[in-house]
Amino acid sequence: MSIAVRQVTKRFDNGFVAVDNVSLAIAGGSLTALLGPSGSGKSTLLRIIAGLETPDQGEVSILGQDVTGIAPQKREVGFVFQHYAAFKHMTVRDNVGFGLKIRKREKADIRAKVDELLELVQLSSFADRYPGQLSGGQRQRMALARALAVEPKVLLLDEPFGALDARVRKELRAWLRRLHDEVHVTTVLVTHDQEEAMDVADRVTVMNDGRVEQSGKPRDLYEHPANEFVMSFVGPVNRLGEEWIRPHDLELRLEPNGTTSEAMVQRIVHLGFEVRVELVLDDGRHVSAQVTRGEVEELELLEGQIIYVRPSRTTVFSGTAMPQGLR
Amino acid sequence: MRSGNAPRYGLRVIALGYLLLLLALPFGAIVYYTFQDGVQPVLDALTDESFIAALKLTLIAVLIAVPANTIFGVACAMALVRHPPRRGTWFINSLIGLPLALSPVVVGLALILVYGQDGWFGTWLVENGIEVIFSTPGIVLATIFVTLPFVVREVIPVLREVGTDQDEAAWTLGASRFQTFFRITLPAIRWGVAYGVVLTMARALGEYGAVAVVSGRLAGKTETLTLHVDEEYLRFNEVAAYTTSLVLAALAVATLVLMNVFKPKEYKEVADVDRRPPGHQAV
Repeated sequence: MSIAVRQVTKRFDNGFVAVDNVSLAIAGGSLTALLGPSGSGKSTLLRIIAGLETPDQGEVSILGQDVTGIAPQKREVGFVFQHYAAFKHMTVRDNVGFGLKIRKREKADIRAKVDELLELVQLSSFADRYPGQLSGGQRQRMALARALAVEPKVLLLDEPFGALDARVRKELRAWLRRLHDEVHVTTVLVTHDQEEAMDVADRVTVMNDGRVEQSGKPRDLYEHPANEFVMSFVGPVNRLGEEWIRPHDLELRLEPNGTTSEAMVQRIVHLGFEVRVELVLDDGRHVSAQVTRGEVEELELLEGQIIYVRPSRTTVFSGTAMPQGLR
Repeated sequence: MRSGNAPRYGLRVIALGYLLLLLALPFGAIVYYTFQDGVQPVLDALTDESFIAALKLTLIAVLIAVPANTIFGVACAMALVRHPPRRGTWFINSLIGLPLALSPVVVGLALILVYGQDGWFGTWLVENGIEVIFSTPGIVLATIFVTLPFVVREVIPVLREVGTDQDEAAWTLGASRFQTFFRITLPAIRWGVAYGVVLTMARALGEYGAVAVVSGRLAGKTETLTLHVDEEYLRFNEVAAYTTSLVLAALAVATLVLMNVFKPKEYKEVADVDRRPPGHQAV
């Protein structure tokens, strides 16, 4: 295991328990996402791994070495912050070379290494600019190069794309995935965006209220969520009584067949290939179905129309409830 | 059109008129009267022994008070922002602000009560042959006292604004706390520090009240430039008074110019970038 967190607890001065007895193992060379809502403790856990916060209890080890009491300076981790933490008074080149300069490497070596990294993050032509002259996406790529320059044992990214607009975020996400395939450094990414986590990570750990809810491959989390929280956090979901249904698991028909429920089409939202159909069941509950454009055209759906729905697949948690229909 | 421009010109006239009447005119008058009898009396005043002594004393006070309050100010601001005490911050803040609210005359008197011959430390100081009041140390102390708040007050908001991200980034890159302070924190807050230093310097050069109380006003010994202006003016040596005033003004201007000389280039360039049309930046 590249990073091992054992029974770590962190309580802040105001009594808030940010991380509550968390254990976590992160495999070498993987790209793991810590996913959770704000206040779930994911950033605090990342900062504990980096040594920027001290846990009240528990241990952290990196590449088999216990680093619990070790200062961040000596942990050899790369850390990337949401708001870039660019050294504003230094050029891009000096920012990237900072860690090497602190390590007193030869000037020529630093220059060569920085050039190589600037190439990697596609900022070669910006070497002599100041961070203030870069866009947000460029600043974050610079921060990534700066973290990679010291050849860290692990790379820790704290909501790295959180301050960027949606388009840039998607581009950088794809770029980060390619970069990881090239560099192969063990990476932990903190995010509250389930799409981002599912998109870039090999493994996802879902956190809530300072605890780990579930860890696994993105697909396993989606297909076999351990509980209601994970089910609703990793994708959209309808809840009908004890049953949880993904919007794409709702079948729409024009005629009843005995197992279906009556519903009124309230709104049809076109999202490109996908169409979201918002429905009101005859008992007044709202559900949404996700279908393709083709299906909508085939059914000739119109807003206000009465149709019949049936879940093709449902999930029931904790086994206490009886399976039931939509009513 | 006319009604649209009227407020703009109106405001300009008021602003410029105000500056002219209250700043430019009196200052111009000093320049005029300094040189009314030609250059020779000015040179005489500048080479006068008591003037040179006053200039020296003022520079000594500035050169001690400014570094002392800069180091204290930055350290104090770091402590208050980065490691705020659980309680009593308001008390520390009020204490730091005290010299701004207190009349300088009171500051002078307070110093006499503590360091004067009959003061708390008076006996001990006399026994050890140390002169504070009516001597250079007293003037330096008074100057430090009245200029204490400026650096702290300027640096605290800047430190808050800068945050801790850059420092933490430097730590993870291997920089010690010492290296981080000098390579990251200090450059990040240098504008707050510089502005605080300029204010401290200006106040230290111009302080009159507190210094007047503790100095004893021995010409050529415990007279600063401001006291020298007053002294010469009362003795009807007007040219000497005006000349000294001009020297004080020149020192103040030099302070401001120095600050601009040290202004690093990335600030100017950043301003240029910000002026580009929106949507012009690449990903």
